[in-house]
Amino acid sequence: MINEKEVKYIADLANLKLSDDDVKTFSKQLSDILDYVEKLDELDTEEITPTAYTVPVKNVLREDKVEDSLDIEKVLQNAPEKINNQFRVPKIMDEDN
Amino acid sequence: MELYKRTLTDLLKMLDEKRVKLKDIHESLSYRIKSVDPKIKAFVNQNKDIDIENLTEENFKDTYLKGLPIAVKDNMSTDNIKTTCSSKMLENYSPPYNATVIEKIKKAGGIITGKTNMDEFAMGSSTENSAFFPTVNPWGENRVPGGSSGGSAAAVAAGMAPVALGSDTGGSIRQPASFCGVVGLKPTYGAVSRYGLVAFASSLDQIGPLARNVDDIALMMNVITGSDKNDSTCVNREYPDYTKYLKNDVKDFKIGIPNQYFEMDFDSEVRSSVMAAVDKLEAAGAEVQRVDITGAEYALAAYYIIATAEASSNLARYDGVRYGLRAKNANNLSEMFTETRQQGFGEEVKRRIMLGTYVLSSGYYDDFYLKAQKVRTLIKNDFDKLFKDFDLILSPTTPTTAFKLGEKRDPLDMYAADIFTVPVNIAGIPAISIPCGFDKNGLPIGLQLMGPHFKEEKLIQAAYSLEKILNLNIEYPKLK
Repeated sequence: MINEKEVKYIADLANLKLSDDDVKTFSKQLSDILDYVEKLDELDTEEITPTAYTVPVKNVLREDKVEDSLDIEKVLQNAPEKINNQFRVPKIMDEDN
Repeated sequence: MELYKRTLTDLLKMLDEKRVKLKDIHESLSYRIKSVDPKIKAFVNQNKDIDIENLTEENFKDTYLKGLPIAVKDNMSTDNIKTTCSSKMLENYSPPYNATVIEKIKKAGGIITGKTNMDEFAMGSSTENSAFFPTVNPWGENRVPGGSSGGSAAAVAAGMAPVALGSDTGGSIRQPASFCGVVGLKPTYGAVSRYGLVAFASSLDQIGPLARNVDDIALMMNVITGSDKNDSTCVNREYPDYTKYLKNDVKDFKIGIPNQYFEMDFDSEVRSSVMAAVDKLEAAGAEVQRVDITGAEYALAAYYIIATAEASSNLARYDGVRYGLRAKNANNLSEMFTETRQQGFGEEVKRRIMLGTYVLSSGYYDDFYLKAQKVRTLIKNDFDKLFKDFDLILSPTTPTTAFKLGEKRDPLDMYAADIFTVPVNIAGIPAISIPCGFDKNGLPIGLQLMGPHFKEEKLIQAAYSLEKILNLNIEYPKLK
């Protein structure tokens, strides 16, 4: 069960802004999904090691040499706002801070 | 026969024998797209840089794909062709580089003709979650094509591309292939590079081909598999020539039929069609046996924890800073983040980010995420154990044939469409969906073969044999 207060808290963590209607809907839907997921408690996993990747993953190393990176101008073509070859963002604090 | 109806294998042969001009192939497909895509809506963007008039065989001499056209799901980065993930967030995003699979196709002489529609960020099973428009199933005008690679499946089914690439996180290649009457293969996790594939759930995502026959699947697998210095999860090993396994021979195959899957409640026509195919495989010399396996509902439950957790982390990058949408008129940085994400993400994406954030949040991690990772071990061990005795496991691809547009409104109801495909991603194994019949409404039914890690060749041989044995001779869907 996940109540509306929790939904708002989670939305905040995820940087999402939800309308009051969204909060109601998500509270119901997420609760339903979590109820379904509780099925997993039927399985005994006490002694089981968790698996993150299904194939053996190991560190892949390469020689420490300089290689070409993406063209800065081309990368910045997608930037919503840019200045002096950098991304520009709104100010971090409000005026009164 | 019109050129657009030909398979990749046919077209390559015709080009080899100089019976056709490359230009004419592209013209036929381009004309086909113009005539049927306004109705099917498989494509989000076309590649406008192709100069059909000046395409010559000479330019593609000694290449593997000889200049033939390929459609690609719109979550694979294409240099200078928009890559939208069917999301408002990336509506105008033009990647500055190619995904590794795109580079491989280009090196092999393939031409990317367009980017196909999908559920936003690959989250969905019907392509209705596209922020732009839903795609229509060529087999029924009020039916979904499945998802999330619905545009790729519909494009191939309707003859708008001989083959297409899709991506599969919980069934997103196989389920639409099944709904649209085409073949779709999800390779072993790690067989195909994910570099440049827009990430949804990184431990489950895998790129694979959709085509109208198994021959073309083998050809495309030869092009796209292989290790990549830009993807450390991509496994460095010898990948075989998959076309060598296009053999009609199942005599040495031992195939398991999972009791727990067939005991579930699913469409009776799907059941009888799949069982009829099993009988034919047995008659052709395969050994078929009932087996026990962890129920698919547990895999589905684990999937919705693992996939959403990874998605919530992967999608944190969409903040309006470097690329994609940025909300206007935000007063400060934090407001810009939330406004951008509010405007850029659709409902299903928000729902999954919420769920993923919840299961990873303090106090719930052990109960949900860790538990799901342990269940993943159980499911993987289960398959590994079965594959000691069996070559392949067989099941339906989907519990029903293509459902109606707008029919499934409840998220859980939609998630259940992936019940038979999800365990494969959880275990990281390869699986193929091939058509095995039609229901009384004329909608295709799909059968799924699952194999051990990195044994795609077994899937290809069995699927090829089944294709020959069933001899469905699938006509083109009648498009009005």
